[in-house]
Amino acid sequence: MTAEHVSTEHVTIEPTLRSRALGVVADWSSDQRSFKSASWGKAMMWIFLVSDTFVFSCFLISYMTVRMSTTVEWPHPSEIFALDIGGKKIPLILIAIMTFDLITSSGTMAMAVNFAYARQRKKAAILMLVTAFFGAAFVGMQAFEWSKLIHEGVRPWGNPFGAAQFGSSFFMITGFHGFHVSVGVIFLLLIARAVWRGDYDVGRRGFFTSRKGRYEIVEIMGLYWHFVDLVWVFIFAFFYLW
Amino acid sequence: MTATTDDMTHGHVPVAQAAQPAAQAHGQQHPIKLYLLVWALLFVLSACSYLVDYFDVQGYLRWFLIVVFMLLKAGLIVAVFMHMAWERLALVVAILMPPMAVLVLMAMMAWEGEYTKYLREFFFG
Repeated sequence: MTAEHVSTEHVTIEPTLRSRALGVVADWSSDQRSFKSASWGKAMMWIFLVSDTFVFSCFLISYMTVRMSTTVEWPHPSEIFALDIGGKKIPLILIAIMTFDLITSSGTMAMAVNFAYARQRKKAAILMLVTAFFGAAFVGMQAFEWSKLIHEGVRPWGNPFGAAQFGSSFFMITGFHGFHVSVGVIFLLLIARAVWRGDYDVGRRGFFTSRKGRYEIVEIMGLYWHFVDLVWVFIFAFFYLW
Repeated sequence: MTATTDDMTHGHVPVAQAAQPAAQAHGQQHPIKLYLLVWALLFVLSACSYLVDYFDVQGYLRWFLIVVFMLLKAGLIVAVFMHMAWERLALVVAILMPPMAVLVLMAMMAWEGEYTKYLREFFFG
């Protein structure tokens, strides 16, 4: 759980595929817990993320199904999400900016985890605030994008560009993702506040949990945040580029 | 019997210990340099997938490039940012295998979608 676990000496024996497979069997058949190197908090966040993967998969597969089955031409995302910058129409530029924004927030989050374990809480908190800022900027750009499309007449039941299913897919998929980002921003702010105050150094009890927290919460928060970025990678590829 | 956390942090678990390690959670701390490298790679890969659209690459090449860049980005995020590369295989298997079932659903729904399209063209086309 603590920073001193960073290795200073290396064990020379590399695990073979067979030994790793045996390790899986041993872990799963052992008493009490199967995830030897992950705490419960981390393991449960991973399991939540697996369930969330299925939610987003269902959205993307529904989108695939309606797009494959419609006889009307699918609207061109490249043109719909183009912006006029300096009198020139640049295709899909807003989505590209949103992608870079989210990747940047993932980078700062990864570094925040490092500083949290190193007990440099001010740096960790600031990096989390930067992450939250980029997250909020992402949601802002999404709000702009939604307003623009709604203004142009895109509705869940139809749009002027082509297949009616475009609107419902767009609002459901990006809406659900944007909701995840918004929730992430709120939790980032809450945890950044606790880190900044030094809650995890003095053992201050949580507001909801009434329990003492640990710096590991930053890593668990990071898992959620990177997952949101991960989902965007798939949305970007399948919805905007396809 | 007891693997120290030092061993597990870097996944260098000796054969004898791989079978029965002590249950000991540890924090994931890795060089900032690695994160910056992955960050840069994600930027480059995103730029590449954007350029596919910008230069209007079409057909199978477009789909191939989009999927390759997508999978590379996803792999980097999961392996490094989410530290999957340093977790024990038991967790990796438990987390990454179940989503593979999605591929089955995808195949079934692609089949269904084609059929629906065929019916629509047949009756309404």
